[in-house]
Amino acid sequence: MLRLVPAGAFLVLIGPVLAGLLGAALPAFGYLPAIGGKNLSLGPFGDLAAMPGLLRSCGLSLAIGLITTVISYAIVVLFIAGWRGTRLFGAMERLVSPLLSVPHAAAAFGLAFLIAPSGFLVRLVSPWLTGWDRPPDFLIVNDSLGLAMMAGLIVKEIPFLLLVSLAALPQIRAAQFGHVTASLGYGRIAGFVFGVLPALYRQIRLPVFAVLAYATSVVDVALILGPTTPPPLAVRVLQWQADPDLAMRFVAAAGALLQLAVTGLGLLVWVFGEKATARLCAVLYATGRRGKDDKVWRRLAVTLMSASAFIVLAGIALLALWSIAGLWRYPDLLPDSLTLGVWMRSLPGLTSPLINAVVIGISSSLAATAIALGALEYEARAGVTPTIRALVALYLPLLVPQIAFLLGLNVVFTWAYLDGRLVALVLVHLVFVFPYVLLSLADPWRAWDRRYGLMARALRHGPDAVFWRIRLPMLLRPVLTAAAVGFAVSIGLYLPTLMIGAGRWPTITTEAVALAAGGDRRVIGATALLQALLPFAGFALALGIPALLFRDRRAMRPAA
Amino acid sequence: MSDMDTAGAKTGLTLDKAEITLNGDRLAAVDAHISPGEILTVMGPSGSGKSTLLAYVAGFLDPVFSATGRIRLNGLDVTALPPERRGMGLLFQDPLLFPHLSVGGNLMFGLTPAIKGHAARHQAVEAALSYVGMDDFLDRDPATLSGGQRARVALMRTLLSKPEALLLDEPFSKLDTARRGQVRDLVFAEARQRGLPVLLVTHDAVDARAAGGPCIELA
Repeated sequence: MLRLVPAGAFLVLIGPVLAGLLGAALPAFGYLPAIGGKNLSLGPFGDLAAMPGLLRSCGLSLAIGLITTVISYAIVVLFIAGWRGTRLFGAMERLVSPLLSVPHAAAAFGLAFLIAPSGFLVRLVSPWLTGWDRPPDFLIVNDSLGLAMMAGLIVKEIPFLLLVSLAALPQIRAAQFGHVTASLGYGRIAGFVFGVLPALYRQIRLPVFAVLAYATSVVDVALILGPTTPPPLAVRVLQWQADPDLAMRFVAAAGALLQLAVTGLGLLVWVFGEKATARLCAVLYATGRRGKDDKVWRRLAVTLMSASAFIVLAGIALLALWSIAGLWRYPDLLPDSLTLGVWMRSLPGLTSPLINAVVIGISSSLAATAIALGALEYEARAGVTPTIRALVALYLPLLVPQIAFLLGLNVVFTWAYLDGRLVALVLVHLVFVFPYVLLSLADPWRAWDRRYGLMARALRHGPDAVFWRIRLPMLLRPVLTAAAVGFAVSIGLYLPTLMIGAGRWPTITTEAVALAAGGDRRVIGATALLQALLPFAGFALALGIPALLFRDRRAMRPAA
Repeated sequence: MSDMDTAGAKTGLTLDKAEITLNGDRLAAVDAHISPGEILTVMGPSGSGKSTLLAYVAGFLDPVFSATGRIRLNGLDVTALPPERRGMGLLFQDPLLFPHLSVGGNLMFGLTPAIKGHAARHQAVEAALSYVGMDDFLDRDPATLSGGQRARVALMRTLLSKPEALLLDEPFSKLDTARRGQVRDLVFAEARQRGLPVLLVTHDAVDARAAGGPCIELA
């Protein structure tokens, strides 16, 4: 049984991606008999090329992806380099998981409430400083360059890159190398960049790629904050797919393949950038300069890092405030009165999307945790170590643009009469949830002191008893945390829920994003706040259950 | 507490030309017989392969090593058996009490399934605690015990599993000097009284002298 788990996990990760790409490729070349496409042709690509503003959409996707990734990566590296080992760094370490658990859509709405022309920041300085008696007539949110969208992505990718870096730092013995470079007279930042970063980058390269792939093809953040005339490519593919004219399905499929190419091009540019940066570093390195005076850079790092955390947290606070705001006229900083009216009106309609989100989230995260445990236990019993191939398989669903394979997967599911079924939805969530669950669980699971297992075996218990009665309870906290990570990922998924759910499984996330076009801030506030609270609830349970079960066991408490 | 008077007579633990190699290099080789109640000490500096030898006898040799020879316990060839069916009780340098279980839970996990019924099992665990002077410790959190108390619970947990031999991997080295002699005497006395063959690996000459049996040095 256990032997089949790694193969099964491999199938779950790779199967839907490959099936989805195939399901997009056939209609892209004109073949989709269900709607009359019986001959292979290049027609769909011709129609695609004729779409107005196509090049601009592609350019936006590429530029937003690359700029988002460069800036998030630079802020994370600069912050780790300048502040590792300080109290401030410790505070940020504790903040990173809560920040990461905030869904992209909720963070994007929060940012919009903060920076919009009638948003909180403008109110803070108006009219006494700016003289604006009415909201200024700037297009800040949905600006045509995608600046707001990039900001929304950056504040969410920073915690992700920070978390994967924090996990990698002990493995590469960053602290010891830091002492070495310091003793050679290098400043904090220069010492880190020359002495530690090359090893760190090797460890986090795939996650960086995942950020780039995500940012070049994201849909929900683009719908909330992104440009509209024209929008980035992924949004347009979704629009073509939803077009009442069925012939547009062929264009959408061709667009999905184009999105795959755009993301691929982004990755290619990034890899060239890696080589150029390595050259540049080699030149700087050879000068022997110590970069001792890095005070300005350290200040910049902490400013940007705090700003990114502030934006997410303040955004959530604004969602909450708007959801209970009574009359709140511009330029009043705070609402005149508070009311639960919006909650009373919205909650009945949100009950079923909430339940759907929780059911899908719990099913997919529990399934992912079970498969991850099976794969790790197999690894331990068979004495095998994971290979590079397994790692790439793990990241594949995160490296291929969602829209590219979901569109095709929809075709495959329709063919198999699975479209709109709960099982299909859970399966597609599993594809995205499983990598995060395994990544979260693998390190603590492998770090367990094997001698406890040997001791239990010597006490005449078989491997199954060791797993259920010793290893699983001892590692209950990381196991539940991994499940909570999976639940948070599932809650945040917009495009998979929308496309595979076929409109039959609205979740709190699809409801929230659908409100983006409308603009009733009170309803958006309530809906997006609920979306942000679900992952929090998951993490609270993941911490609370072990704390309650092992309340009388000192050695089971988390290390302070 | 005497039993095991059945078929497999108590002939002791035999390491029949046991030899462990790593990539073709010989790491350790022992050919010895340990009679019931006897303590064989294997000495050597760290990296001499003495812990690897112990892992081989216990049944969890890391697959990077290869081993030849046979292990026999009370007449039964256990070389191919999994650890849980060998009957080798184990004590490490650390007591390794399971941190999620109470002291009583740890002992209950060790207690042989041959003792059946809630009342009988409960009584066996309480008797074991009382035997080492730790009455009323049943519900205690192992993390709150002193080093000496933990060592005694670990010993009782192993003895409750009714082992037919004891394998000791530097089991006293982390105790302070005052506790050390006491715990050592207790372990050795219990092994002798129960007629258990003991394989002790250590780098401490005092342990070896106190064992009072034959001693093998690994280079």
